[in-house]
Amino acid sequence: MNIITAKNLTKIYARGVEKVFALNDASFVIKKGEILSITGASGSGKTTLVNILGCLDNPTSGVLTVAEQQVFGEQKELSEAALTLIRRQYFGYVFQKFFLIPTLTVQENIMLPSIFQKNLQTNLQNLQPTLEILGLTQRARHLPAELSGGEMQRVAIARALINKPQVLLADEPTGNLDSKRSDEIKNLLVTLNREQGITIILVTHNPDLAKIGSSAIELLDGKILKKSC
Amino acid sequence: MVHYMNIFQLSYKNLLRRKLRTTFTILGITLSAWVLITLLGFNNGYENSLNKDIEGMGFQIVLTAKGCPYEAATLMLKGGTGLRYMPEEIVQGVANDPDVAQTTAMLMHAEFDPDKGENGGTIVYLGIDIPSYPELKPYLTFKQGAWFQNAAERKVVLGFEAAELEQREVGDSMLLPGSAEEYQVVGILKRTGTQDDGMIFLPLKTVQKVFNKEGQLTMLGIRLKQTADANAFEEKLYSLPDVQVVSMAQVKNTILGLVSSAKVIVLSIAFIAFVIAMFGVLNTVLMSVFERYQEIGILKSMGALPKDIFVMILIETTLLCTLGGILGISLAFVFSGASEMAIRFFLPFTPNGNLILITTPTVVWSFLTIALIGIIGGIYPAQRAAHIRPLDAIRSE
Repeated sequence: MNIITAKNLTKIYARGVEKVFALNDASFVIKKGEILSITGASGSGKTTLVNILGCLDNPTSGVLTVAEQQVFGEQKELSEAALTLIRRQYFGYVFQKFFLIPTLTVQENIMLPSIFQKNLQTNLQNLQPTLEILGLTQRARHLPAELSGGEMQRVAIARALINKPQVLLADEPTGNLDSKRSDEIKNLLVTLNREQGITIILVTHNPDLAKIGSSAIELLDGKILKKSC
Repeated sequence: MVHYMNIFQLSYKNLLRRKLRTTFTILGITLSAWVLITLLGFNNGYENSLNKDIEGMGFQIVLTAKGCPYEAATLMLKGGTGLRYMPEEIVQGVANDPDVAQTTAMLMHAEFDPDKGENGGTIVYLGIDIPSYPELKPYLTFKQGAWFQNAAERKVVLGFEAAELEQREVGDSMLLPGSAEEYQVVGILKRTGTQDDGMIFLPLKTVQKVFNKEGQLTMLGIRLKQTADANAFEEKLYSLPDVQVVSMAQVKNTILGLVSSAKVIVLSIAFIAFVIAMFGVLNTVLMSVFERYQEIGILKSMGALPKDIFVMILIETTLLCTLGGILGISLAFVFSGASEMAIRFFLPFTPNGNLILITTPTVVWSFLTIALIGIIGGIYPAQRAAHIRPLDAIRSE
């Protein structure tokens, strides 16, 4: 079953009078439960693609369908609130930078999305298992400043997972980590995919991390250079 | 036990990030709130005290010798200096008027006493008529003793503060300036909170004799019948030679007029202080929004709607203003005594009683004003934050 379908996605930026194709006619499907690795050189359009897939950015043209619901396409553009609701329902995001709130403890940071989604009680039940899966039980009451880089990224992943999203978007999740911590995160993503069945879209420069993908897309100048399953 | 957090706690913790900045912002609001409450309290207290002082006079109209009306007002309320005198014969004519319920003649004499207080002070002797004076001022009750009789020439009644100052009890003797004879204290009044507390009361004839003012008066207090037309009666009195008519309403308006310009200036300062505090709040919250630009974008990527972010930022400003408001109100209560002392020091005339009267409606309205100003100051930063696009925030890495 396809969770995401991209059809002729194109994103054009204007640089003065010049048009820059950040993404050029990208078409592919992402199956539920797969790990998709998106690789490519800097400026190849990886982040643009993942932002569009995660409904954080809109394409200039093309169609994006999430769980059979057309998000971008021929119909009228969705409002910011409607896009937020789709993001709430389907996606969890992990970025290279952790974006943890320094005055909140680990468990408070993890529960942060629940405040806005008004499902605090439900997510309180998810908190303990999530902390256990991510190996953060002992760190629950610590502040971010007391954690290592790997632990901070695990908190960011836990925060992305607390709402039980169907798709986890991870943009350079090991970009700020050393090799040991990178391995920890890599193994964690594999475990999450296998045990929880979460679809993972992974943008990375790291070839070792990219190998965990059950499918892969390589971009060059906004175009899909290689697609493998 | 899992910690339960809501949007209020999140906003509160956001404010804790920059403790010093938050503290200074709250301090600015506190000072503005303090000034506002104190000024509103002064507004209430001054008028209230003045009304009490005037009601405490026991008569609606006073007849005095012609002179400066401000001097006349001060004379009536505080016992002024440079007194003017009118002939005693005037009493009978006024007392016989069908509109008059009762009159009481008074002769006031002020004497500088170098031994009073640290730098000396004025002792006010008031010659009164018995029984008309006590009848017009029934609230004057005795701590010790009772009123003298008119014929009892060498008897004295002391106001509460005068007794403390002179350190006299009933039965003690005291001397008057320019008289070698001893005067016996026959009564000490209870505290009234009015100018009567500082007076030394003697029979009218005694004061006239001792201070060489025989046949002369400084004031004639007049109480009108309930059916009388006060304005028409005042008009009748204007025909009398060399006297001026001062109604209590006039006295009140004269004094309120004197302090009203000062009040306008001070209220303007309070308003400016509030505008500055509002911009302080706006600046603090806006800076905080800019600092958290990425973070707010991430919150939106997590599912926060623009209205959630708007509410979060508005709660932050409301918390700042609420805390500042509560502290300001508390300071206004705690330092009301000190503020009153400062006002008494700077103002030429202040009535007795509480000059700063902080009432519940004053507190409620001031608090609501502070909260409203905070909310107004927070709207722009909250809107800016609500419209941050998650993608822009992430790109700003």
